Amino acid sequence: MTDGIHDMGGMHGFGRVEPEADEPAFHAEWEARCLALNRAMGAIGAWTIDEGRAGIEMLPPGIYLGSSYYGKWARRLENMVVARGFAGADELAAGRVARAGKPMQRKFTVAEVPRTLTRGSFFRKATAPARFTVGDRVRTRNIHPTTHTRLPRYARGHVGVIEAIRGCHVFPDSVAIGAGENPQWLYTVLFDGRTLWGDGTDPTLKVSIEAFEPYLEPTQP
Amino acid sequence: MTDGGDHGDHHEEHGSELSEMQLRVRALETVLAEKGYLDPAALDLMIEAYETRIGPHNGARVVARAWIDAAFRSALIEDATKAVQSFGLINRVGDHLIAVENTPTLHNMIVCTLCSCYPWEVLGLPPVWYKSAPYRSRAVNDPRGVLADFGLTLAPDTQIRVWDSTAETRFIVLPMRPAGTDGWSEEKLAALVTRDCMIGTGLPKQPNEVA
Repeated sequence: MTDGIHDMGGMHGFGRVEPEADEPAFHAEWEARCLALNRAMGAIGAWTIDEGRAGIEMLPPGIYLGSSYYGKWARRLENMVVARGFAGADELAAGRVARAGKPMQRKFTVAEVPRTLTRGSFFRKATAPARFTVGDRVRTRNIHPTTHTRLPRYARGHVGVIEAIRGCHVFPDSVAIGAGENPQWLYTVLFDGRTLWGDGTDPTLKVSIEAFEPYLEPTQP
Repeated sequence: MTDGGDHGDHHEEHGSELSEMQLRVRALETVLAEKGYLDPAALDLMIEAYETRIGPHNGARVVARAWIDAAFRSALIEDATKAVQSFGLINRVGDHLIAVENTPTLHNMIVCTLCSCYPWEVLGLPPVWYKSAPYRSRAVNDPRGVLADFGLTLAPDTQIRVWDSTAETRFIVLPMRPAGTDGWSEEKLAALVTRDCMIGTGLPKQPNEVA
């Protein structure tokens, strides 16, 4: 979902950031199990990272704001497990299986763990040369798809400069809707803070996003 | 980790969620394991890795090495994934790690406004505040206000650069080496490198703060 509650950049009213001294990796055992369960299902190919993110974004706004981080992960896991036929809602409610599982090529075993701890590569072979080059001025598109995107709301319709070309990557907007990896060039696009937030903005602020080529259009210097 | 212990969400979580979530997550684990998708022992192993081996001490070694080894520093800025890999400092890191360097006139800060993207391999799991609405909403338009929440005030003319992690690239800040550390070993320097200074919400410790 594009214009959802998850797209928080620039929103007001959430208050102070509250760092916690000596924060542990997990605050309760269920958080640790929840993290590992989510990663396990990703590791066996139940869904991609982008489909998983879309699953979080589809939580209702009240649930999203009212749940802790791993609370969101748990609800996402329940929803996706049921929606994709890995288990029934009745089975999750009962806490035990009522029928056989979906046949999967892989199982998340001890042997799979080391591989899972290293990030995979999202680089893909380019099918066309990069459209933009470092130093180009570009305008981000004013798009509002109802499906997953990684172009944040605050950075749409604004002029920035291509600062770096990051290679050709899996395109989340396509993967999340089951339309394949559709690899696209990825750029770091740099904006002046005043371009994004207006004249009263701290003149020392610059903000960059990582923008896929379909998010960008050329603009005149 | 404490079973049934306190939790860290200051605003969002309600006490009743704890037992409810314990039950829901236990049901998920039981069902997904019995269906044959996963082995609970593999979950144990993964959790142990995040509790013991994968944390900001890894990033601190990378930063400390960059402070004492100019060739490594250049390689890190050029391609952080490759540099970390080839110097064998820590476990293998995956693709798309990018190191961004603070200077006397430039301060870098990392955020993920859309979710919680974070360089797990070098910094471990992100802290609760990094994933929270206050940080994600304000980092991109009021970074000085956010830094004030961390007790950090930069010179008014310091340029502030915020990196929003909107793709699979991951960022680590290379902070400036504190003065008064000439001749320090890599290990001693690493003790100055905090998690927050590698996110950009803090600065390294000063020499007098470590024994």
